[in-house]
Amino acid sequence: MITLNINNKPYNVNVSPDTPLLWVLRDTLGLVGTKYGCGMAQCGACTVHLDGTATRSCLLPVSAVGKMKITTIEGLSQKQDHPVQQAWLELDVAQCGYCQSGQIMSAVALLKQNKAPSDADIDAAMAGNICRCGTYLRIREAIHRAAELQRKKG
Amino acid sequence: MNRRSFLKSSTLAGGGLMLSFTWLSAFKSAGTTGIADLPGDWVEINGYIKITPDNTIKILNPNPEFGQNVMTSLPMIVAEELDADWKKVVVEMGPHDSVKLGPQFTGGSNSVRMYWRPLRQAGAAARHMLVEAAAQTWSVPVEEITTKGGMLYHEKSGKSGTYGSMATKAATLAVPKDVKLKDSKQFKVIRSAQKNVEGAKIVSGKPLFGLDYQQKGMLIAMIHHPPGFGMKLKSYDATAALKMPGIRDVFTQKLYEDGFEQGGFDTRSFNDLLVVVGNTTWEVMQARKQLKVEWEPAGETKDTMGGRGQKREVVVPGTLESTADQLKKMQEYAAKPAQQLRKDGDPETAFKNAAQIIERTYTAPFLAHNCMEPMNFFAHVTDEKALVAGPLQAPGWSEPTLAKLLNLPADKIEIQMTRMGGGFGRRAYGQYMFEAALISKKVKAPVKLVYTREDDMTYGIYRPMYTATYRAALDANKKLIGFHVKGGGIPEHAIHANRFPAGAVDNYLAEGWQIPSNITIGAFRAPRSNFNAAAEQSFLDELAEAMGKDPIDFRLKLLQRAKEAPVGRNNEYDAARYAEVLRLVKEKSGWGKPENAQYSRGVAAYFCHASYAAHVVDIVMKEGKPYVEKVTSAVDCGIVVNPDAAANMVQGAVVDGIGNAFYGGLTHKDGVPVQNNFHTYRMIRMPEAPKKVEVHFVQNDIDPTGLGEPPFPPVFGAVANALYKAASKRLYQQPYAPQLETPKAF
Repeated sequence: MITLNINNKPYNVNVSPDTPLLWVLRDTLGLVGTKYGCGMAQCGACTVHLDGTATRSCLLPVSAVGKMKITTIEGLSQKQDHPVQQAWLELDVAQCGYCQSGQIMSAVALLKQNKAPSDADIDAAMAGNICRCGTYLRIREAIHRAAELQRKKG
Repeated sequence: MNRRSFLKSSTLAGGGLMLSFTWLSAFKSAGTTGIADLPGDWVEINGYIKITPDNTIKILNPNPEFGQNVMTSLPMIVAEELDADWKKVVVEMGPHDSVKLGPQFTGGSNSVRMYWRPLRQAGAAARHMLVEAAAQTWSVPVEEITTKGGMLYHEKSGKSGTYGSMATKAATLAVPKDVKLKDSKQFKVIRSAQKNVEGAKIVSGKPLFGLDYQQKGMLIAMIHHPPGFGMKLKSYDATAALKMPGIRDVFTQKLYEDGFEQGGFDTRSFNDLLVVVGNTTWEVMQARKQLKVEWEPAGETKDTMGGRGQKREVVVPGTLESTADQLKKMQEYAAKPAQQLRKDGDPETAFKNAAQIIERTYTAPFLAHNCMEPMNFFAHVTDEKALVAGPLQAPGWSEPTLAKLLNLPADKIEIQMTRMGGGFGRRAYGQYMFEAALISKKVKAPVKLVYTREDDMTYGIYRPMYTATYRAALDANKKLIGFHVKGGGIPEHAIHANRFPAGAVDNYLAEGWQIPSNITIGAFRAPRSNFNAAAEQSFLDELAEAMGKDPIDFRLKLLQRAKEAPVGRNNEYDAARYAEVLRLVKEKSGWGKPENAQYSRGVAAYFCHASYAAHVVDIVMKEGKPYVEKVTSAVDCGIVVNPDAAANMVQGAVVDGIGNAFYGGLTHKDGVPVQNNFHTYRMIRMPEAPKKVEVHFVQNDIDPTGLGEPPFPPVFGAVANALYKAASKRLYQQPYAPQLETPKAF
């Protein structure tokens, strides 16, 4: 039995320790907001936070999580009012929407480190997240907007 | 089910149990644009609209959603004619019911086009019935009643009421046969920017997609397919796999029995399926690696095709293809006589008399669709009925085959359409739904079939491999007197013989040839056009240069000819609309005077799916590599229903086009796809996306035409032409980036 802290709640899971966190979230716990895209940390669709740091969950054995706090897209806010979610909605970023959980989790992690990222900072931080629909321009703009919303919020 | 109970359920389920929740309820509950909880007491007025006594208006979206935003744009069309308050409209994904809800397919940039009139009529009819109900209730003439924002008014008597208050009565009235539709000047909802009705669900990770589908007792299945095209299963040993934790079964399953008559969209890649079924995705993935499998060449096989056209046998070659051989074979075929597709005037004589002939050959590779959500489908098949749910662009095209495969009448099959994590044409082919259904039938349990990324990329149904040779005959005055295109491909050519510059040149010849292959292909965003616009628009650029003309003016001159004195018959395009997007992009991009003197500019335009698009691409050098920094786009797709979402889609098409032009390509070695995941198949990423894509729509009152596809093809040509300016080197082979990253190219 492995105990995980996900979105500030304890979960006990009985899975093989080599199971990637992604599949524990999706198959075992039904937290399907975290997406499968490539299974080799190439596309970023599975991005979650471990103690606030963006991490690809598709390659991370659940046994390696230990006591670290896991945050998934479901735990970002109760009412879709996290500044990054708000900015995403304001700019109506999504097309198909499949990659956006991962994009948002990467963006939230970036804005924790860097309160006012430049385009170059955003490009570097977001280069690991593929959007097949090509919403990159709006993602970039939404990150700038989220930074602004975050500053206003203080 | 609302968010709270979803989260509550997952808390209770902590500890390794599979979660169970009514997924369709999740679909129904939160597709709202303002109202949280749905009252239960719906009064159905017609197939698309439901209004509750408390004046909640629910509109069904009939068409599958794959990111083109039909969940929003189609209900907007209904709301417009209904005179509903859009903010209070609740949108629900419709069931698959082609009798009530129409063709229900997403493809060919058709959604808004094919539903434009029916949805307006539905909205107008409902409004009419509500007005009539109010007229009867208030005993006033119908003509004196006005509507606004979901309210009915009778000015003379001062009476007013909500749609909801009249809904029960309205439902008893006959549906009017003819209703007057609004004049476009009266539009309030259409042409207003409205946000994606599923936006909140997307940013909070709600279960929307096929891969998110879960049901109690559901098993996971994966298919171990041959490593290459032209191969098949010889033998397997599942002893080790079956000992792995959570594994239920390993077995083989034929997709189609010999002689099974396939429908027009029943493309298959591999017929003998080796299936692993278990409890969870990870367990099945691990067990599949333990299979000991021998493959062998399949040799020549036969498919029996029905569907479009007559029943016929199609021979599938057994060759284990490699890219170098494919290119060589294309060169051989290109030199042979080909099928004539169109001929105007006397092209042979024009070329014989030419003072100068310009000839260029273009090639482009297979492309994998690479939808972010890999193929998957849920199926629960019993002896009596079947429930299938998942991401599919055209359920109605696959349903007849599913019914035949399961030996069930169509009315015992329920297809639920999930939101799709991309489609791009790939999900028009429902073979993964058939596979899921056959597996469920065999294991007698609810099953979700999952493709890994590697499965998805190596399973086929690619954009074909194309080539085309373009020739232009110029007279001594550098006047264009003849035009010849001869195109081919594996396994089909891309030629649209009746498109520009057909109709603009006196002597014109189009020919096509094709090479049969076992590599399966299918529609890929703007099929065929996505290659033509690269080749033809690059060629026209080179031609304009050879003739000493500006590339935009050169095209405009040809289009003027096509408008005033069109050559030949069956020209597909409207030369005036085509010219207009070029004029618009010329103006908006500041064609002669780019805002940055460092820009290397290229232009291209194309017509497809009844719409017109032109782009000006601006390239700068960034870290030693060419980078598309800015794109100016002009699009004529008629009336734009939801302008901001439409601009998003054009921006996406531009990014997609840049990505595929620079990096896209799938190659083969002995039948095996060389690229199988994103570490080898390069996709465009954030740092390569332009800083700015300015989208300008031509303003007119033409009924909407296509938008998902038309802006995509001309990106390739505009990129190639801008790269020429940046690198002083014409590029004839896609993808372009590998040629540019060799320093010699500069």
